[in-house]
Amino acid sequence: MIFNAVTAVLIIPITAAALLAMLPGYRIGARLNVLATLLTLLAALSLFYDRPQPGPYLLVDDLNVVFIVLTTFVGFTTSVFSASYIGHELESGRLKPSFLRFYHAMYQVLMFAMNLALVANNIGVMWVAIEIATLTTVLMVGIYRTHEALEAAWKYFILGSVGIALALFGTILVYMAALPVFGEGLDAMVWTVLITRAAAFDPALLNVAFVFLLLGYGTKVGLAPLHAWLPDAHAEGPTPISAVLSGLLLNVALYALLRFKMLLAVNPVAIAPGSLMVTMGLISVVFASFMLFRRRDIKRMFAYSSIEHMGIIVFAFGMGGPLANFAGLLHMTMHSLTKSAIFFAVGHIAQVKGTQRIADMGGLTETNPVLGWGLVLGVVAIAGLPPLGIFMSEFLVVTSTFAREPLLAIILVFGILLALAALFLRLNTICFGEPRGPVAKSDASYVPMFAHLALVFMAGIYMPPALVAWFQNVAKLLG
Amino acid sequence: MQGLVFDIAHMLAGSLVLVSFMQLYQDRLSALLNMFALHALVLALSVAWQAYVQAAPHLYITALIALVFKAIVIPVVLHRIIVRLGIHREIENVVGVGLTMLAGIGLVALAMVVMLRVTPGADPLAREDLAFALSVVLIGLLMMVTRRNAVSQVIGFMSLENGLVLAATGAKGMPLVVEISVAFSILIAFIVIGIFLFRIRERFDTVDISALDRFRGERR
Repeated sequence: MIFNAVTAVLIIPITAAALLAMLPGYRIGARLNVLATLLTLLAALSLFYDRPQPGPYLLVDDLNVVFIVLTTFVGFTTSVFSASYIGHELESGRLKPSFLRFYHAMYQVLMFAMNLALVANNIGVMWVAIEIATLTTVLMVGIYRTHEALEAAWKYFILGSVGIALALFGTILVYMAALPVFGEGLDAMVWTVLITRAAAFDPALLNVAFVFLLLGYGTKVGLAPLHAWLPDAHAEGPTPISAVLSGLLLNVALYALLRFKMLLAVNPVAIAPGSLMVTMGLISVVFASFMLFRRRDIKRMFAYSSIEHMGIIVFAFGMGGPLANFAGLLHMTMHSLTKSAIFFAVGHIAQVKGTQRIADMGGLTETNPVLGWGLVLGVVAIAGLPPLGIFMSEFLVVTSTFAREPLLAIILVFGILLALAALFLRLNTICFGEPRGPVAKSDASYVPMFAHLALVFMAGIYMPPALVAWFQNVAKLLG
Repeated sequence: MQGLVFDIAHMLAGSLVLVSFMQLYQDRLSALLNMFALHALVLALSVAWQAYVQAAPHLYITALIALVFKAIVIPVVLHRIIVRLGIHREIENVVGVGLTMLAGIGLVALAMVVMLRVTPGADPLAREDLAFALSVVLIGLLMMVTRRNAVSQVIGFMSLENGLVLAATGAKGMPLVVEISVAFSILIAFIVIGIFLFRIRERFDTVDISALDRFRGERR
C-alpha cells in the first residue's frame, strides 16, 4: 500500500495501539497517546490540501473530509483531557495500572476503527470498521469492573451486536440490488461505483435494505426506540470514553447512514428515506427531552441530551434540501465539540465531588469557579441559546422546517424547549446555590474544554466563508 | 442437474430454519447447545454446497470456519462454562413454548412475504436463500428476546449470525464474505470470553440477566 495521508490516519493509530499495548507506565502511555492523536490530526489536516484518488477500499471526498478532521481533532483534545483524568483515577484507586495499558491501546484502536469507517469506500469494510469500534468501546465501558459497568457493557454489547447484525443484512441487500447492474465482484460494494448507477437498482430491494440499515446503524446512533444502551454506556464508562462516544462514535454511525441515504436519493423510484428519518428523529427529540427531567446522574443526563441532539440531526437530514442538510452538518459538528467539552467538565466535576449524583453537587461556581462556569457555558451552548454555534444550526433547522412543514416544526420546537427547561433546572442545582458535597481543588487541565467552547462560540458569531461554502457544497451532495 | 443443485441448496437452507425452530423449544441449556452445534453444522454444509455450486473456493474457508469454530469449538467451550457454573440443567422461558413457536411461524411468514415480494428479478436460488436467511435472523432475534439467560441469549445471537452468513454466501460472488465471517467469529469469541472473563456468575451469583437488572438505570 502506498503511504499517503489517508493511509496515515489509519496506520498511525494502529501502530500506536501496538506500542501502547507493550509500554509499561501510564505517564509514558498517556503522552504517547496524545502524540499519536496529534500526528493523526496533522495527517487528517493535510487531506484538505492533498487528496488522493479514491481506490476500491479507501475514499476521501468533500463529505467525509470534514468528519475525519473533526474526529481526529476531538480525538486529540480528548486524549489531552484523558491524560489528566486518568492520573486522578489511578490515585483514587478506581483503575489499576495494568488496565491503563489496555485502556490506551484500546483508545488508539477505537480511533483507527472510526477513521477506517469514515474513509471506507467499500460498504463491507465500513461495516467491519463500525463493528471494531463497537467492540473496543464495549471493552472500555466495562473497564471499571463494577456491577453497573459490567451490566452497561453487556447491554451495549447485545444491543450493539443486534444493531450491526441488522446493518450487515442491509449491506447484503444493497449488494443484491447492485448485482444485476454491475455483475459479481468487488465493484458492487464500492460506494463511488454504486452511486454512479444507483438509479438502475431495483427500488424495492433498496427500500428494504434501507430499513435494515436505518434500524441497524440507527441503534448505534442511539435513535429513540433503539437507544437503551446509550445512557448506561455513557454513565458507567470512563468519562473520556463518554466524550468520544457522544462526540464521535454517534456521528460515525450517522455518517454511514448518510452514505446509504445518498444512494437512495439517486434512485427516482425508491421511497424517500426522509419520512422514516423524520419520524425517528422527532420521536428521539421528544422522548429524550422528557427523560431529561428525571435524571439524577449527571453523565446519564448528558447522555439523554445526546439522544435529543442526534434526533435533531436525523430530523434535519430527513427533511433534506440544501438548507436543512446544511443545518444538519453544522449541528453534527457543533454538537460533537460542545458535548465533548461538557463531558470534559463533567469528568473533572465527578472527580472533585467523588460522585455522579446530581443531588450531591451544588454551588460549583463558588467552590470551583473555572469548572463551574465552564459547565454553565457548555450547557448554555448545548441548550441552543444565542450566540453560540448550536443556536445557529437549530435556528436553521427550525426555520427551514417552518417554511415546509409547520406542524413538524412545532413538535420539534416543543422538544427543544422542553430539553432547555430540563437542562437549566439541573444546571441550577449543580452550579449555583449553597455548596454541597466535598470541596476539593481540581488540578485539571482546562485547555481542551475551553478550546472546544471557544470554537463553538466563534462559529456562532462568525463562520469563515470558506467553511460555509464547503458545508453548502456538501449539503447539495446529500440531496 | 440445475434442478438438483437448486433442490439441495433449498433443502439445506430450509433445514437451517427447521433447526432454528428446534432451538426455540429446548428447555435445557446443554440441549440447546447441542442444537446450536447442529445449526452450525447445517450452515457449514449449506455454505460448502454454495461454494461448490458457485465455484467459489474462498467460500470453503467460510464453511470451514463454521464447522470448526461454531460447530465444535464454541459449543465445547460453552459446555465447559455452563457445567462449571452449574447451570447446565436450567433454562426458563419468558413466554410459553406454544406462543414462541407461533411467533416464530409468524416471523417466517413475514420474512417470506417481504423477501419474495421485493426480489422477483433476482436469481431464484439467491432469492430463496435470502428469505430463509431473514427467517433465521428473525428467529434468532426472537430467541434473544424470549430468553432471560445470558448464555442462551448468546446462542440466539450466534444463530442469528448464522442466518447472516447464509445470506452473504447466497448473494452470488459477494466479496469480503470470508473477512466478514472472520470478523463475526472474533465478535463471538469476544462474547464467549466476555461471559467467562466478566464472570457474571461470580459477580451476580447467577447468569439470569433479570437478576442483573437490579440496577435499573438510575442511582438511588
